[in-house]
Amino acid sequence: MTNTLRTETFSYLPPMTEAQVLAQINHILVNGWIPGIEYTYRPDPHNSFWNFYELPLFDAKAPEDVMEAVNACRAAHPGAYIKLTGYDNKRQAQVLAFVVERPAEEAPAAG
Amino acid sequence: MSTPNGNAPRSHFKAGVVEYSSADRFYYDPGYTPKDTELLAAFRITPQAGVPWEEAAAAVAAESSSGTWTTVWSDLLTDQARYAGRTYRIESVPGRDDQFIAYIAYPLDLFEEGSMPNLLSSIVGNVFGFKAIRALRLEDLRIPTVLLATFGGPPHGIQVERDMLNKYGRPLLGATMKPKLGLSAKNYGRVVYEALRGGLDFTKDDENITSQPFMRWRDRFSFVMEAVLKAEAETGERKGHYLNVTAGTMEEMYKRAETAKAFGAPIIMVDYLTVGFTAFASLTNWCRDNGVLLHAHRAMHAVMDRQPNHGIHWRVLAKWCRVVGADHVHNGTVVGKLEGERGSTLGSTDLLRERYVERDLARGIYFDQDWLSMPGMLPVASGGIHVWHMPELLDIFGDDVILQFGGGTLGHPWGSAAGAEANRVALEACVQARNEGRELVREGPDILRAAAAHSPALRVALETWKDITFNFDTVDKLDAPQEA
Repeated sequence: MTNTLRTETFSYLPPMTEAQVLAQINHILVNGWIPGIEYTYRPDPHNSFWNFYELPLFDAKAPEDVMEAVNACRAAHPGAYIKLTGYDNKRQAQVLAFVVERPAEEAPAAG
Repeated sequence: MSTPNGNAPRSHFKAGVVEYSSADRFYYDPGYTPKDTELLAAFRITPQAGVPWEEAAAAVAAESSSGTWTTVWSDLLTDQARYAGRTYRIESVPGRDDQFIAYIAYPLDLFEEGSMPNLLSSIVGNVFGFKAIRALRLEDLRIPTVLLATFGGPPHGIQVERDMLNKYGRPLLGATMKPKLGLSAKNYGRVVYEALRGGLDFTKDDENITSQPFMRWRDRFSFVMEAVLKAEAETGERKGHYLNVTAGTMEEMYKRAETAKAFGAPIIMVDYLTVGFTAFASLTNWCRDNGVLLHAHRAMHAVMDRQPNHGIHWRVLAKWCRVVGADHVHNGTVVGKLEGERGSTLGSTDLLRERYVERDLARGIYFDQDWLSMPGMLPVASGGIHVWHMPELLDIFGDDVILQFGGGTLGHPWGSAAGAEANRVALEACVQARNEGRELVREGPDILRAAAAHSPALRVALETWKDITFNFDTVDKLDAPQEA
């Protein structure tokens, strides 16, 4: 499958398996970053603020905790784009973002 | 000697030439401890035959601060201890008896706040033509924080740029459009569009594209921005093209920058050395005020930084770029076709990005440099790099870098969209593997081949550039380590 929407890191790779997503979440946690989950139905390139699915997971200990929240977001917002983010509060910065869920039928590209 | 009035002199002024290193002139002061407020310079000095090191070092300190070749009566109207540059240390260079390193401390009072030309006219001014020295090279400079804080620095910095472009957790990808000169504006826009829709974040004007008869600036800006916006709409990703606004006057640069902004350009470009530091600083301020990123090209740097004995080391030119302020600057690749020794390139990379850089001669860093809260810049690695270099480039530079594959994008057998896609797939596969804890350099070829299994564009790129290396020795090498 070719992704239509190329926003965020890893958008040129095939969809990740659950094990691959867990490995990226682990990368966020072992670096001491804070995972977050955002979703939208309007992935416009100039939409900086997708909706928070709950607050960033400040207390997440294990990748599975975060995965559980991703799955809850999937259930609550079917057909939405969902991305995982990582915040580094020392650098005061977002340091990772990738899309973990896309609608089955993506809108065709403009142009 | 009598006065013009025929009287015996009543003044104690003694005209004539006194050695620069004379103890009462302060220019050679080996016991001196520099102050935190002083600007420190490390010069590589090759004196003329027969000139003692102390005298050569004192002469450099004098000529770059308050002194001149002879004593003058008006010296006595000032407090020379307050305004003299002082050579406080001399170090030999391993394996060389014709040159040495002189460390000189300059009082803060010698410099005007926020003026790079003033700093340059002192430190790298007339002193470089001074006859008592055969060659002179400024190796490094410690800018005291009190002086640093009077400069603007990068208009936005790394993190704001990432927020503006919505790109997190990976290096950015770019390419310079080729051929460098001679395309019409529409054909040029086509090359931009193909590369951006294929997966690049940025495309770039070359340094010598300004507004020649074959492609006037406004026509280029117009077609390029159509290409950028179309590629954004198609991919859902933010994109940019470094529109070079370098021009003959400041008024013309402002005009071009305003038009770029009106067309929706997120970033413009300037040749920061050829326009001069004053024009560079003015454009930086414009970018900060207008929310436009600034890409600095370093055309002309090799005139100053390539000779190992004479000139200004790149790390100093890089520091000046951050102090005055751009968001990107070209900085060498370690692995490609252009000059750049590994340790030295890593040293200048730190100077561009980090908050505090410690003295480390293995990286050519002579002084601790505190950057306070001044934002960092993205170094640009560009020149002769291709897809096989991706694992090593990511390993060397980490995420905060722009990797520019010019030939490595446009030279793809299927065209630049496929070239761009190949580089993007390779980059993301390497980032994914690194985050999973894999060893990039050792496992690099396997990572790339596995990624090519789902990307025909990458498979063809790997085949095209499989045997290309650039193994020439560098001209400008760091000194051998000092004996322990």
